[in-house]
Amino acid sequence: MRINKKAQAGTMQSSDLIVFVEPADDLAIEIESTVQQQFGHLIEARVKQVLKRLSVEQCRIMVSDRGALDYAIDARVEAALRRAN
Amino acid sequence: MLHPRLRRSLLYVPGNMPSMLQNIPIFPSDVCIIDLEDAVPRTEKDAARLLSRRFIEGYTQRNKELYVRINGLDTPYFRDDLAQILPAMPDGIRLPKCEHPSHLRRIDDLLTEFEEYLGCEIGRFKIIASVESAQGILNVNETARASERLVALGFSAEDYTANLQIDRPKTGEHLVVPRQLLLMACRAAGIQAIDTVWADASDQEGFRRECEHIKVLGFDGKSLINPRQIDVLHDVMAPKPEEIDYALQVVDAIRGAREQGTGVVSLGGKMIDAPVVARAVRVLLSAKSLGLVDTDIDERVIYGDADA
Repeated sequence: MRINKKAQAGTMQSSDLIVFVEPADDLAIEIESTVQQQFGHLIEARVKQVLKRLSVEQCRIMVSDRGALDYAIDARVEAALRRAN
Repeated sequence: MLHPRLRRSLLYVPGNMPSMLQNIPIFPSDVCIIDLEDAVPRTEKDAARLLSRRFIEGYTQRNKELYVRINGLDTPYFRDDLAQILPAMPDGIRLPKCEHPSHLRRIDDLLTEFEEYLGCEIGRFKIIASVESAQGILNVNETARASERLVALGFSAEDYTANLQIDRPKTGEHLVVPRQLLLMACRAAGIQAIDTVWADASDQEGFRRECEHIKVLGFDGKSLINPRQIDVLHDVMAPKPEEIDYALQVVDAIRGAREQGTGVVSLGGKMIDAPVVARAVRVLLSAKSLGLVDTDIDERVIYGDADA
């Protein structure tokens, strides 16, 4: 999937996250989370899984997390990527 | 025979709100309905479908029935709703604005197509449909019989009163006729009847009075918009001690008859027929959910089975 434009998905409510996506020449992932220390690496791994599943290799993706569970990370990342396609 | 599944409380959960979705396993309602319709703005339909799908896929230890309210057949959204949600295997669909039997037949056909595509049993996905207008009430008798998948009809007073161009006083006198017509249609068709939501979540006393009213009318359950309403509704719908006692006697009589190999069941000289059995099972299911009895309902004993 090709990222053609800026897009975002999600909210700043508790247990949710906001995902911003924009076109880029390579892959850049930035994570900001209320649980960064304990779970930052797991959130990033989850984001990478979705990128791989949707075959996205070039984009800048910024995640602002409010304690979301895995299913919500999956859904919000996918929604942002599809909106940016 | 009508399967007397307990559907007292049907809680709407916004499909675009993780903090509510992930509480579905701990809400004590009989049914949760993930809402993709009114609770989700048009610009968020895509994200809500994805979020709901991922939640349902992960909710593998199901402890209640799970329905999804799709957008109406008069919108451009319902096909995508079905395509995204059905692969996650909810128990069924809540269809809004079901004003004509043809609406049910249309959604029934679509569900069959998806079942064939997904390789699951035809009829797996159930339907609870909402009647929301004067025309819908006038057609309700035919609608109640329009699909084998239909397990219940719900009434939506908000849209109904808007359609009639009247206010919605909390006393409910303006809802007597639609409630009675819907209830009779459901009973005649052998399906359950679900009452409308009580919109003022801060008015628990008014909510309790409405629950008592719809229990007297004979509704099986009520749609809810706030988890705080669940316990009040269950308390009102709780069977009385004498009802529980009689239901236990009915089940004992059935068990005794099965052991003696007879299909005719009687209690105190009176024959027990199917509606009495169904009512007894409903009473015991309700009592068990409230911890009032610990009797397990063995369907093979209740409905007769060669192996039982």
